[in-house]
Amino acid sequence: MTGFSRHFRHALAAAALLATAGCDRGILNPVGPVGSAEKMILINSTAIMLAIIIPTILATIGIAWWFRAGNARAKYRPEFEYSGAVELVIWSIPALTVILLGGIAWIGSHDLDPAKPLKSSVPPVRVDVVSLDWKWLFIYPDQGIATVNQLVVPAGAPVSFRLTSGTVWNIFFVPQMGTMIYTMPRMATRLNLQADKPGVYEGESAHFSGDGFPGMRFAVHAVPAQQFAAWAAAAHSGPALDAASFEQLQKPSSYVKPFTYGSADPRLFDYILAGRTLPPVSPKTTPPAQHVSPQPPAGHNDVR
Amino acid sequence: MTASEAPAIGLTHGSSEDTGLGNRGPQSKSIVVPYGFWLFVLSDMVLFSALFASYASLARATAGGPGTLQLFDRTTVAVETIALLLSSFVCGLAMVAAKRRNLWWTEAWLVVTAILGLVFLFIELREFGHMISIGAGPQRSAFLSSFFTLVGCHGAHVTAGLMWIGTMMAQVWAKGFQPHITRRLLCLSIFWHALDIIWVAIFTIVYLIGTLP
Amino acid sequence: MFGRLTWNSVPWNQPIPLITSLVVLAAIVAVLVWITINKWWPYLWNEWITSTDHKRIGVMYIVLALVMLVRGFADALMMRAQQTIAVGASQGYLPPEHYDQIFSAHGTIMIFFMAMPFIIGLINFVVPLQLGVRDVAFPTMNNVSFWLTASGALLVNLSLFIGEFARTGWLAFPPLSEKQFSPGVGVDYYLVALQIAGVGTVLTAVNFVTTILKIRAPGMSYMRMPIFTWTALAASLLILAAFPVLTATYAELMLDRYLGFHFFTNDGGGNSMLYMNLIWVWGHPEVYILALPAFGIYSEIAATFSGKPLFGYRSMVFATLGICIISFMVWLHHFFTMGAGADVNAVFGIASMIIAVPTGVKIFNWMFTMYGGRVRFTTPMYYLIGFMITFVLGGLTGVLLAIPPVDFIVHNSLFLVAHFHNVIIGAVVFGVMAGYTYWFPKAFGFTLDERLGKIIFWCWFIGFYLAWFPEYALGFMGATRRLQHIADPSWQPYLDVAMVGAVVILAGIVLTVWQLIYSIRTRDRRLDLTGDPWDGRTLEWLTLSPPPHFNFAVLPDVHGEEAYWTRKQTALREERLIEEPRFEPIEMPVNTPTGVICAFFASLCGFAVIWYIWWLAILGLIGAFAVLVWYAWRDEHEHIIPAEEVARLERERRRIRSELLGDWKPVT
Repeated sequence: MTGFSRHFRHALAAAALLATAGCDRGILNPVGPVGSAEKMILINSTAIMLAIIIPTILATIGIAWWFRAGNARAKYRPEFEYSGAVELVIWSIPALTVILLGGIAWIGSHDLDPAKPLKSSVPPVRVDVVSLDWKWLFIYPDQGIATVNQLVVPAGAPVSFRLTSGTVWNIFFVPQMGTMIYTMPRMATRLNLQADKPGVYEGESAHFSGDGFPGMRFAVHAVPAQQFAAWAAAAHSGPALDAASFEQLQKPSSYVKPFTYGSADPRLFDYILAGRTLPPVSPKTTPPAQHVSPQPPAGHNDVR
Repeated sequence: MTASEAPAIGLTHGSSEDTGLGNRGPQSKSIVVPYGFWLFVLSDMVLFSALFASYASLARATAGGPGTLQLFDRTTVAVETIALLLSSFVCGLAMVAAKRRNLWWTEAWLVVTAILGLVFLFIELREFGHMISIGAGPQRSAFLSSFFTLVGCHGAHVTAGLMWIGTMMAQVWAKGFQPHITRRLLCLSIFWHALDIIWVAIFTIVYLIGTLP
Repeated sequence: MFGRLTWNSVPWNQPIPLITSLVVLAAIVAVLVWITINKWWPYLWNEWITSTDHKRIGVMYIVLALVMLVRGFADALMMRAQQTIAVGASQGYLPPEHYDQIFSAHGTIMIFFMAMPFIIGLINFVVPLQLGVRDVAFPTMNNVSFWLTASGALLVNLSLFIGEFARTGWLAFPPLSEKQFSPGVGVDYYLVALQIAGVGTVLTAVNFVTTILKIRAPGMSYMRMPIFTWTALAASLLILAAFPVLTATYAELMLDRYLGFHFFTNDGGGNSMLYMNLIWVWGHPEVYILALPAFGIYSEIAATFSGKPLFGYRSMVFATLGICIISFMVWLHHFFTMGAGADVNAVFGIASMIIAVPTGVKIFNWMFTMYGGRVRFTTPMYYLIGFMITFVLGGLTGVLLAIPPVDFIVHNSLFLVAHFHNVIIGAVVFGVMAGYTYWFPKAFGFTLDERLGKIIFWCWFIGFYLAWFPEYALGFMGATRRLQHIADPSWQPYLDVAMVGAVVILAGIVLTVWQLIYSIRTRDRRLDLTGDPWDGRTLEWLTLSPPPHFNFAVLPDVHGEEAYWTRKQTALREERLIEEPRFEPIEMPVNTPTGVICAFFASLCGFAVIWYIWWLAILGLIGAFAVLVWYAWRDEHEHIIPAEEVARLERERRRIRSELLGDWKPVT
């Protein structure tokens, strides 16, 4: 084959690979029970509706074409403007579909209520989530540590989230894990998710929150349980998350590289929720350095 | 009768005998204008209902500040209410006088309506001023924001109504009881009565229920 | 003295808005100079700007809509380009503070200043004609409504030249839209412009509900009204019931921003969830305000171009009214992910699906209208069929979104954005393009070029699928909306295809402008001499094109459904027109400058409020009030068209119609 044809085939293959590469990391590739259940409802409902929509589309085109003005074989029935039988059928089809899907919606809404704890033999890991401008703070109350723009969870264990915002609304969303939920200031939302197998999954904010919004991506590392415990223990050597370091963290920044706090004030989430500031700590604790983004998007600093 | 002497046919028919479903052709202006105005009043009531909904949501959000029991005085509200209801009654008397084309009495009753409206506004503004002076202004809490907005919006409508009364008094004086003037008087009275209806809802939901033990 | 307006409020150091501003300013000046040189000001002032004629006002609304379509689409192109370029390491050419204004402006302009005016313009032009009457109930108020809408459009566009626009998205959710997080003038421009335009919209609704319910030709009972008029009534009732909620909500946000109130703030007990609820109580009916008249347009087109009455007319009427009512019961589906609990979510999800039932019924009714007909494939018919295919797909994605657990993974994603563009473009844009083409000859006396019309349709149709189906896929891949920068390079091919789609739609828009120019230039080839170029079925086709100022010399007597069709068939069968009526003088409302002057003061007041120039704001308010009082003082409300003039025009129409009675043929 000629050189051009070979390059073209390579380009096509590369494009196809590229095109499908992103498909591996979205909601159609769930890694846990919540996302899997939701994907199933999505696929089933789509299939049910396509079973009606596709014939409808074909009928539309078919009827329009058959009854075109030039078609002498089509019977012209100008008085055909009502038929009880037709009315009964055309009201029934959508009504029955809606009854079916409505049942799915009712059952699904209850089964997949974000606040509902997941059934598991393993005790849940608790994570408190705070959305800030424009990064994510994850506090692990049971481990006494915190991370920024990085969530580490044990694979196969349910994660029980409490979420709030330190500024404006955001949405905590890890597409491959399933359900997203709003984070709202002075309010706490609840979410329960699980990653069944180890891996790295993309997370983002799904509610526009200002100029630094595109930089709010974070990584979710699902690791085997022992590795999680080891990571939590090792993290204790990091800087402290206290009043002073939190005040630093609150300053607007985006595309923040992930880092870990070795200790987190256990009252922090509740203080943020109540809109109060933490009391300052004694001078013995050294305030940590703030990891600011090396390449912030142009012009983001003049928002306030 | 030649064509040029025949009555001119416009958008609506001249007579007002038809009050049915409009099958006999366009209705007369004496029906169409108040009908349209009623629709506008209904849309205004939707606006108030949104403010009521906000009030209901935020009534307990006192942010540590004063609430309904600390702030509202039923006597004041009773006097305000009497003033407004009386003004509605007097407005009706003005309409009766207008129907009889009695210029003097129409103007007189309109003045009394306006005075009673002013009494209402004065009491309300005094209440607002007092609340602000003790630190219970609209910036204090969400409850107070929604209170001032709901009651204040009603007060703003009353103010607009007073300006309208003044304008109508001038128009009636200058032009007499021409059809378009009497139609406007009818609209004014609809507006004024509607304000009463809203006030009844306000004093029930905000003041009465708010000061229940 | 000038509030917070300073010399630096003009974007001297930002090339894109600066150059755009200069170009637009130059264009405006050029147009004004051209009008002046041609001495067209008296004509424009007397025949258009101060006109109380619903036909003129309708055309002006549509002109506004078309201009705003260009502005809104320019924003869309910029967004598409940014997302195609800013992938991976690149930050693109639009920094976030610009990109955020652009997507906010795009949504605001397309909904409030393109779709609404287009629909209202078509309603304005067509409904009084379909009712067989001379004008709406309140012609002066109609003029005021238009100019207030134009005032809102002016203020939104002014934010490009002076200051900035909101950076919050088209609905300005708090807390982001509160003073604490959006201290600039952008959100104020948004709120003030929409409050002013909102007044105009509510007044329009009052006008049309009154007109449709109280001013109809003799014999036209409710079940004899054309279906487009029914949908106009439904939309107007929705406006009356929904827009005041928007007014109240924006007023509350303005009080928060201007006077430090605490409706939606983070402190003081404010509740930002309240805003979500209020705004969507308005927001959902709003989409039906746009969609129902579009459905009405399709119903008229289906009947006319199938040569058959609309199938299931009563069913359609009840479906329309049913949609009206249910549209107020579904608002929470816009925030299933707020955590309201399973019961609440499920109830609203089911209600949202229920509303799909009457909509689905309509699709089948249109299908059965074509069934047994003689379908003529004109441009409007293309739009109908394109809509029926496209809208059901959008409806499918809508029902998916109505299932809370599905919404939990696609809320706010590009899947959502693709869904609502699917239904809005499929229903509303195709509908107004179809209506524009369908009623154009009635307004101007000649049809638009048909070949170009079909090419424009294909640009919209193909462009839509290219632009939006990749976005459905991206939504599945986890892409969220309003991203100024794309992190994942594997999304590039999809974004590229979407860009191609946008360019194809751009071709359609450019061709729309060209089609207008070309059709005007070559209008002699496509004159509508009879007033009934499509073999229509409703009363607007009884008049000549364009109709005389008074529409009908004598209001037609309506004896059954499809008033005009029955009358036409009788005339064709008996080979004569009905008896010549007795001609009487006709009173028509006089022109008035109330609208344009009131809007001038409203714009002044609005601009002053935005920039904190309090003395000017008070002046503007006083001016607006003074104009209304001045208007109220006039005694001459109508002018009389003498019977002889009416007779002359009507006899000409009858002559043309009589000549056709032997060989009636519609233009195809």
